Amino acid sequence: MAIDITRASAAELAHALASRELSSVEVVQAQLDRIAAVDGEVHAFLHVDPEGALTAAKDVDDRRAAGEDLHVLAGVPIAVKDVMATKGLPTTCGSRILQGWVPPYDATLVARLRAAGMPILGKTNMDEFAMGSSTEHSAYGPSHNPWDLERIPGGSGGGSSAAVAAYEAPLAIGTDTGGSIRQPAAVTGTVGVKPTYGGVSRYGLVALASSLDQAGPCTRTVLDAALLHSVIGGHDPMDSTSIDAPVPPVVEAARRAEVRGLRVGIVKELGGEGYQAGVRTRFEESVKLLQDAGAEVVEVSCPHFDYALAAYYLILPSEASSNLAKFDAMRYGLRVLPEGVDDPSAEQVMAATRDAGFGAEVKRRIILGTYALSSGYYDAYYGQAQKVRRLIANDFAAAFEQADVLVSPTAPTTAFKLGDKLEDPMAMYLNDIATIPANLAGVPGMSIPSGLADEDGLPAGIQLLAPAGRDERLYGVGAALERMLLDQWGGPLLTRAPELEVKGGAR
Amino acid sequence: MTTTTSEPIVDYDEALERYDPVMGLEVHVELNTATKMFCGCATEFGAEPNTQVCPVCLGLPGALPVVNEKAVESAIRIGLALDCEIAEWCRFARKNYFYPDMPKNFQTSQYDEPIASNGHLDVELEDGTVFRVEIERAHMEEDTGKSLHVGGATGRIHGAEYSLVDYNRAGIPLIEIVTKPITAAGRRAPEVARAYVSALRELLRALGVSDVKMEQGSMRCDANVSLRPRAGEPTSQEQAAVPLGTRTETKNVNSLRSVERAVRYEISRHAAVLDSGAKVTQETRHWHEDTGVTTSGREKSDAEDYRYFPEPDLVPVAPSREVVERLRGTLPEPPAQRRKRLQSDWGYSDLEMRDVVNAGLVEMVAETVAAGATPAGARKWWTGEVARRANAEGQDVVSYAALLGVRPAHVAELEGLVKDGRLNDSLARQVWQGVLDGEGGPTQVADARGLRLDQDSGALEVAVDKVIEANPDVVQKIRAGKVQAAGALIGQVMKEMRGQADAGRARELILAKLT
Amino acid sequence: MSALSRDDVAHLAGLARIDLSDAELDRMVGELGVILESVAKVQEVAAADIEPMSHPMPLTNVTRPDEVRPSLGADEVLAAAPAQELQRFSVPRILAED
Repeated sequence: MAIDITRASAAELAHALASRELSSVEVVQAQLDRIAAVDGEVHAFLHVDPEGALTAAKDVDDRRAAGEDLHVLAGVPIAVKDVMATKGLPTTCGSRILQGWVPPYDATLVARLRAAGMPILGKTNMDEFAMGSSTEHSAYGPSHNPWDLERIPGGSGGGSSAAVAAYEAPLAIGTDTGGSIRQPAAVTGTVGVKPTYGGVSRYGLVALASSLDQAGPCTRTVLDAALLHSVIGGHDPMDSTSIDAPVPPVVEAARRAEVRGLRVGIVKELGGEGYQAGVRTRFEESVKLLQDAGAEVVEVSCPHFDYALAAYYLILPSEASSNLAKFDAMRYGLRVLPEGVDDPSAEQVMAATRDAGFGAEVKRRIILGTYALSSGYYDAYYGQAQKVRRLIANDFAAAFEQADVLVSPTAPTTAFKLGDKLEDPMAMYLNDIATIPANLAGVPGMSIPSGLADEDGLPAGIQLLAPAGRDERLYGVGAALERMLLDQWGGPLLTRAPELEVKGGAR
Repeated sequence: MTTTTSEPIVDYDEALERYDPVMGLEVHVELNTATKMFCGCATEFGAEPNTQVCPVCLGLPGALPVVNEKAVESAIRIGLALDCEIAEWCRFARKNYFYPDMPKNFQTSQYDEPIASNGHLDVELEDGTVFRVEIERAHMEEDTGKSLHVGGATGRIHGAEYSLVDYNRAGIPLIEIVTKPITAAGRRAPEVARAYVSALRELLRALGVSDVKMEQGSMRCDANVSLRPRAGEPTSQEQAAVPLGTRTETKNVNSLRSVERAVRYEISRHAAVLDSGAKVTQETRHWHEDTGVTTSGREKSDAEDYRYFPEPDLVPVAPSREVVERLRGTLPEPPAQRRKRLQSDWGYSDLEMRDVVNAGLVEMVAETVAAGATPAGARKWWTGEVARRANAEGQDVVSYAALLGVRPAHVAELEGLVKDGRLNDSLARQVWQGVLDGEGGPTQVADARGLRLDQDSGALEVAVDKVIEANPDVVQKIRAGKVQAAGALIGQVMKEMRGQADAGRARELILAKLT
Repeated sequence: MSALSRDDVAHLAGLARIDLSDAELDRMVGELGVILESVAKVQEVAAADIEPMSHPMPLTNVTRPDEVRPSLGADEVLAAAPAQELQRFSVPRILAED
């Protein structure tokens, strides 16, 4: 009756750890073995820390044996997207410019994980500086979707979602600026949540777009996401933009899993033309399930969502162009001297380093952002985009008068093949079309698997959206829908993913 | 690039016949908060390099700023003291440019939403004229790190091989105070500039928000100067209608004296350029106190596009009116009002008070009186030899005294020695010289030099007898009733006693013996 | 809506301190042109009276008390420095005076 460690949910592991059926060292070791077995192919991890993870695990085991009161998730290991500062562990943000950089401090979120006694397995792969929807823009090579290794695992947090989908970790931390937690969750058949903006501290989250970034849980179940959300959420005095209020009652809502009487709003502008047929079908079926369970389904219109992509790709590059200015070869990170220049100036070293250290997508967005902020163009671009943003937030507010949660397909397609969208930046950007509005308005969003698309047998996701500060609604509806779908499937969707070839016969 | 050939200038008075100067003064004040603007690092002056640095002020990836509440309060108090409107709602903004002493390669500052705006400072000039300087704005920002330039001839950036950067200063709160264009000063422009900076410094010191030491960099001044053709009296409508000329910004103006001299020089230099038919280049210039000229820095290009946008990592600052009123209640007495009161307390004439004010000595005198000296004595000792020496060194008295380590308590001590009869005025002056020369405190110096009034009548009497014997004619006059003649004898007695005698006592003895 | 010329992109790259190769510059002009066309869509929205939104959450007045907190040690500060001397960051010669 031994619990299958790597296939278990975090909640199941937590239970087994609490009852001493398992030790944290055993759990961590099992995960490390799994990573060793499959990550050669999946490439979810940029850095694995066996020593650190096992030491932390042992410490938790000792404290538990001594009768100490521990956090519910104590001893459950986790992977962390390489955009979060981890003291003593390299933090590259998927970029050459930070190759080998070891931060002298922990992000608040990481400190909370450590305080809860959760061993950190390692850092996961990502699109460089979180700019991308496929993890192909990582300077260290892409990650691969466990459902089909020739396909993208989503982005920018493809490493975290792939790690969870490939059973390399029960939990992972991702970050979401325009969908980078939710879209990877959708294409890998896992769960991903972007909390309300300000709900999770950004201190130590290497900034892409400061007014859009949020860190959140990447898991295999809604309850696991809720448990992780309550560890990492909450006010942080080191982050001026963090909300000074308790974490919403997400675990309670996930356990209660109620939809009766709830109004569910389908967003007219999301999920129509341009969305893969199989994705839409699974979405519509999920909505029907909710209706059958007693939810009232309405249609809402958010007309300015049609401008969300445009506003986003002005606001993000603008903030990013400023946030990435600090990478200049003077204090840390890569330093490259310009070729053929005797006695280069600081300016020349900066320019040579940034050309060598940044990838093409990053450079594109920096240049775009520099333009959008420049004198004479500010009003027409950045300024105007911030106004459109207000209108999008107003649309949400109006929609939430008519519905308690909004729904849409998470992404327009299932996982595409590696290399398919690299030639056309705009084609890549369109992957975020359904997820971006939530970041602009700051409202929370969740993606859970809705099933496999008929055309290709690949996972699709349904996105749930709630008003700012009402994250618990996502978990209530999400958990309810998840249970219904599980019943329908006879087990988790992930069990249908092909078995990965393992090195050395380990599992 | 150093200039060995100096640029042409026009005689100042001549220049003022043809041109009307307009100035803009920007003053950066380093606040004396315990911690930096956006993080909890200490702000101690003189710490070992890079020991007062954290992820936030080092600009490490992932770090975030949090506003120092005391810095906001100080900013509001400064605004109120300058009679500004305090914004009901304002934001920080990023000023984006690359420079190695700026860890994030943007400065978190305020752009079009300063915390304070539209105020004024009434400045009293040497002759008592009051000139109103309009204040455009005061806003919050952060200081940069400090660079050591290695390898160049002068330690300055030109010709340096590389630089060494210390970030201890990065992130220290700065308040930037910007005047509106200062017009209608006419030929008194340099004087007005100096008086403004002096008055501002006095105000800030009174507020207790900064130690405003120009020589230490806790108060920095940039002077903007432009000329336009003269069209009547400086205050006339005709003159006001003439459009402003091209301005230059002069940095490295590190003392009150430099402010005045730099403005004066730039006026003369602009005049020479305009006279020659050329245009003034809009640029940043560097003031050299030693040679008394400005040299060209870099082009102050409008092409430096700072791409300002609201700082997304910070939320707006919206001081409630209650908070503003509470802070208004903490303002000290306005300096001008205080000066009137002190003048009355001290019993100074208008001229005497003006001397003290112009030398920037009001606080010094106040502290000296508080330390136990008389007002007259305080004025005498600070405006005398100290002022003379300070002037010779090109420094203002307060800075100079600080440099020498000479304090109000010293003056009080010196006066005490005279009051106790240990010294007379002449001896006191000698002792004071010693104090200024760094020989120690007054008592120390008097002891070391063996200076004391000889109260021992014995030696005095011997000297008196000696002098009486040596001057039979004078003695005869005195005996005949001409008591005033004793003066000549007193002088000789003093000489005999090497000055270490009480003149009054000597006179008594002489008369006692002869009448 | 103005298109970006090669010179424009070169100027922007200079402002952003990125030394683009000629090949990169050429490629970027094309790509940015396409992206700009897309994002310029925001100008279709009538938003003259709309207040721009720079923050999702209407927070104000978040401050901290003026209390000293521990700094990093100088060795931690300098640990990742590409070059250092005299406990300071060594940077190549700076061209422009501030």
